[in-house]
Amino acid sequence: MADSFDEITKQLRKRHGKTRRLKLISMSALILSGLFLAVFLGDMVQRGWSAFLQGQIQLEVTYTEETRTMPLNAIDEDYRQLVTQGFFWSFPGKFEQDPELTGTVRDEWVPASSDVDQYLKGRGRLSSQEQQVVDRLVEQGQAELRFNKTFFTGGGSRSPAMAGIGAAALGTLLTIAVTMAISLPIGVMTAIYLEEFAPDNRFTRMIEVNINNLAAVPSILFGLLGLAIFIGFFGVPRSSPLVGGLTIALMTLPLIIISTRASLRSVPDGIRHAAFGVGCTRWQVVSDHVLPVSLPGILTGSIIGMAQAIGETAPLILVGMIAFIPNADFSLLNSATVLPAQIYTWASLPDQAFQEKTAGGILVLLTILILLNAIAVLMRNRFERRW
Amino acid sequence: MTHPDSAARDTAAADGQTEQRSRSRESRPANGEVQPAVDHGASEPQSAGGRPERQGQSGGKPVSFNNEVDHERLSMTVTDLDLWYGDYQALKSLDIEIYSNTVTALIGPSGCGKSTFLRCLNRMNDLIPSARIEGRIEMDGRNVNAREMDVVALRRRVGMVFQNPNPFPKTIFENVAYAPRMHDIVSSRRDQEELVEQALRDAGLWDEVKDKLDQPGTSLSGGQQQRLCIARAIALRPDVILMDEPTSALDPISTAIIEDLMVRLRKDFTIVVVTHNMQQAARVADYTAFFHLGEIIEYNDTATLFETPATTKAEDYITGRYG
Amino acid sequence: MSDYLFPAFIVLMVGLGVAAFFTGRQRAVGVRAEGKTMRSQPSQYGWFMSLASVGAAIAVISLCWFVLVIVGSPVPLYSLYFVGLAVALLGMGYGLRYVNPDFHARNAIEWVIRFALAGAALISVLTTLGIVVSVVSEAIRFFNMYSFWDFITGTRWNPGASFLEAAGRSSSASSRAEFGSLPLFAGTFMIALIAMLVAIPVGLGAAVYMVEFAPSRVRRLAKPMLEILAGIPTVVYGFFAAITVSPLVVDMAGLFGLEASYTNALSPGLVMGIMIIPFISSLSDDVINSVPDSLRQGALALGVTKGEMIRNVVLPTAAPGIISASLLGVSRALGETMIVVMAAGMSPNLTGNPLENMTTVTVSIVSSLTGDISFGSAQTLSAFALGLVLFAVTLLLNLVSVLMIGHFRRKYSLSAL
Repeated sequence: MADSFDEITKQLRKRHGKTRRLKLISMSALILSGLFLAVFLGDMVQRGWSAFLQGQIQLEVTYTEETRTMPLNAIDEDYRQLVTQGFFWSFPGKFEQDPELTGTVRDEWVPASSDVDQYLKGRGRLSSQEQQVVDRLVEQGQAELRFNKTFFTGGGSRSPAMAGIGAAALGTLLTIAVTMAISLPIGVMTAIYLEEFAPDNRFTRMIEVNINNLAAVPSILFGLLGLAIFIGFFGVPRSSPLVGGLTIALMTLPLIIISTRASLRSVPDGIRHAAFGVGCTRWQVVSDHVLPVSLPGILTGSIIGMAQAIGETAPLILVGMIAFIPNADFSLLNSATVLPAQIYTWASLPDQAFQEKTAGGILVLLTILILLNAIAVLMRNRFERRW
Repeated sequence: MTHPDSAARDTAAADGQTEQRSRSRESRPANGEVQPAVDHGASEPQSAGGRPERQGQSGGKPVSFNNEVDHERLSMTVTDLDLWYGDYQALKSLDIEIYSNTVTALIGPSGCGKSTFLRCLNRMNDLIPSARIEGRIEMDGRNVNAREMDVVALRRRVGMVFQNPNPFPKTIFENVAYAPRMHDIVSSRRDQEELVEQALRDAGLWDEVKDKLDQPGTSLSGGQQQRLCIARAIALRPDVILMDEPTSALDPISTAIIEDLMVRLRKDFTIVVVTHNMQQAARVADYTAFFHLGEIIEYNDTATLFETPATTKAEDYITGRYG
Repeated sequence: MSDYLFPAFIVLMVGLGVAAFFTGRQRAVGVRAEGKTMRSQPSQYGWFMSLASVGAAIAVISLCWFVLVIVGSPVPLYSLYFVGLAVALLGMGYGLRYVNPDFHARNAIEWVIRFALAGAALISVLTTLGIVVSVVSEAIRFFNMYSFWDFITGTRWNPGASFLEAAGRSSSASSRAEFGSLPLFAGTFMIALIAMLVAIPVGLGAAVYMVEFAPSRVRRLAKPMLEILAGIPTVVYGFFAAITVSPLVVDMAGLFGLEASYTNALSPGLVMGIMIIPFISSLSDDVINSVPDSLRQGALALGVTKGEMIRNVVLPTAAPGIISASLLGVSRALGETMIVVMAAGMSPNLTGNPLENMTTVTVSIVSSLTGDISFGSAQTLSAFALGLVLFAVTLLLNLVSVLMIGHFRRKYSLSAL
């Protein structure tokens, strides 16, 4: 009746080839995305590793009343050009921090100028005279790359050696605190209402459509909202962590609602029926039985939402969080900047040393985000229940 | 392929079986009159007296033969088939001969391995990564269970109809014409139309759908969908059609139509059908194999199996003691 | 002084709430001790008391504050705190009268909770409303200054001159501010197109491989990899596009004898495509996964090869889901900001050549609203007009996508999207 196996198999050769080709093509798509990630991460590491190091020179620093007003004189004339300008700007401040300095001469590691710094990192060039001096210092062990503490503690600065992510990190912390304080309770409450309380009517469906839509609204529109409503209408101070946090909270809200709903939905109805059966009110069913079971899922979703909020930039730029902040205040109402915004401002500076800082800041940001996501994944794997 | 121990065991078992089979055949009068079983029913099988359960078959052959069947024309011959899911052995050294142009029914309680066995015949179990299958399934002089067998070629000749109707989300026409076109059986539009009409006629669906061939297959009723799936399978003119509880999701009227269809299709195809419904097996099948815990307990002419089963287990199942 | 007043007020309120709880519970325990059966548990009376005092106070304060802001009058903080305190104390006294055996404290709490939850659900609606109101109201002010028709069809975008105009210093016609948004939208769609040309094939291919071919070991590795790709902030992608990809594109173009701008449209487009890959792949992954296995088996049982099964059965079945995922991807690409702000150009250019400098809607919004902005200038308002169009376009895409997936989801019980 039908062809024999041999005849069919012969005809199949070409068709199997097509399957193999499809497999190869789709596999290369996946490999390509992996390659993108590898190239990207490699590029960032290669550009950014050196931000964690800073070329420094061991010099005699003279602390006198005279050098307090004329900081340039604190350092031997031969080496002045090698030291970063930022060192001299911040010099008078040192006296206020430690009055006992006055009248002493100390051997200190001083941050080098960005030219010398880049030279020590093997990137830039120096004039032959400077190069001679630096080479000699390196030989004597008086110039080397050392761990760059300023990068983690410093704030905005025009001098690369003095610039750091400290101020921006504090700003991010405050902003995200505001964000989570608002979006977590409201998001969870909304999800509970929609999953457990809401009647199935037109109003509820409208809220659902609205939430799904809100999750796909471009982030920059939230910036316009923050600008017009929070700043323009309610008069929240521009550039403050409060206005940034509020704006990002509205963005994070739909994410938290959606993940919380999924987590509530995965709780089997049997648990609810059992609780109703012993005479619980609806709220008691939710608070005593459903919420404890779905808590890990809710937290996982919130952490992922938080990670996304930390990386958000565009709306924060619109509400002015790209302020130049040399020293951050622990305040919700004063001007502040956040990590991604700091990255954005650094990226637009032409100086090679700032490009390095940008990549360094990116590495820090990515580390935080990957850690948060890893925590979320671990929590999901550890606590996830299958019913 | 076969473990030496099991081979030895099989030989021993085969000897015993021959003896038992001849005994059981003797015990049945030639005139087909039903005689009360001599000793089964009186004692619980196996466990009670340690007496071995009498085997209901030997070397894959049925206990008693159906005269309407040409036993020379073998469709598939299964020898010593074992299947493991991980460590769990789901099928234990099965032997069965399936004859061309017959309807063979596989019955047994849930989880007895009848569906698993059916899916071995067109290698659908290959899709389950944990499944490991050993043994020989011979068709057209080939071991289709061999590694080098092209499963696509096998499935081209051994079609399958599933428990729940699963028409493609395409038009009725496409549902039938798709696979023949892929296999280059037809190419021109006219040939396709002819083939689709023939297949739908064979499946008894033509009159109901001839005016709406361009509507989606999923728009049909459950029974019609299942017949569409049968049409889809027979459009390829395969040798064997496997049916995995084809009517269990259908209403009684659709079930009756499909049962009629099976009997009619026997003229052109060999049909192996798994069913939960013993009446269905009695109505449509020439031969019936009774499965229990991954073994074929009794393979017999359908009428004989339901009237005078050779084994106590089959009798207990048929009389409704379990299952 | 006022810095410490707020925390002090909070502490006071919390204290009052705790006090109200214990008073209510104590009272209920007392009533019980007299041998009367009460409708609810003592602690439920306690919660009721807390809600009646502090809950009422917070509600009243928020309402007053909101009304004052709407009216536009300055907020008298001290009086507001005082009102709150008064309401809390009154509520406590009043609530105490309800601690009696016949009162359903439990139902009262339940009612308040339901009300609060519904209120929270309203916030998301208010957010959408806030976006619409803020964008529309400012856009209307803009269209009062500048014709809507010219905005939609004009081919020259030159907002910079509006500052001069406002200062009364615009003299010649050449420096007149112009707000023809066509080149912005052309740039936006061009970059989005490039992005989708990268994202759809790669994302879909990756999804097909993960679902249909990949051994589970590969899947376990690839999923987190794609999640990392999805979790990279856009500002980071922007830096990558500007500093690594753009020079690369210029060099490559140079190899073919083409001249490319360093702020070409191709590099932000490519990088945006990479950004959207995980988005498309994870949605397509869900969609392809939800194609029922019975269809796959049905196809395989007909002796169809795996490749034919994927092409002819799985992908067509999943098509509505894949298309709606792609539409969501397009909507993302149109609204993406940081990558284009950092890597695309600043000057509008109506061209079809992706190697040329181009700018987008979002870039114009950002550049109009950063730096020293003055509310009410045409340039600032133009950002809101652009935002309005962006909102309308993305809303349309999202709704179409939701409608497309809706049918598929009902049919195959898909959880995502």
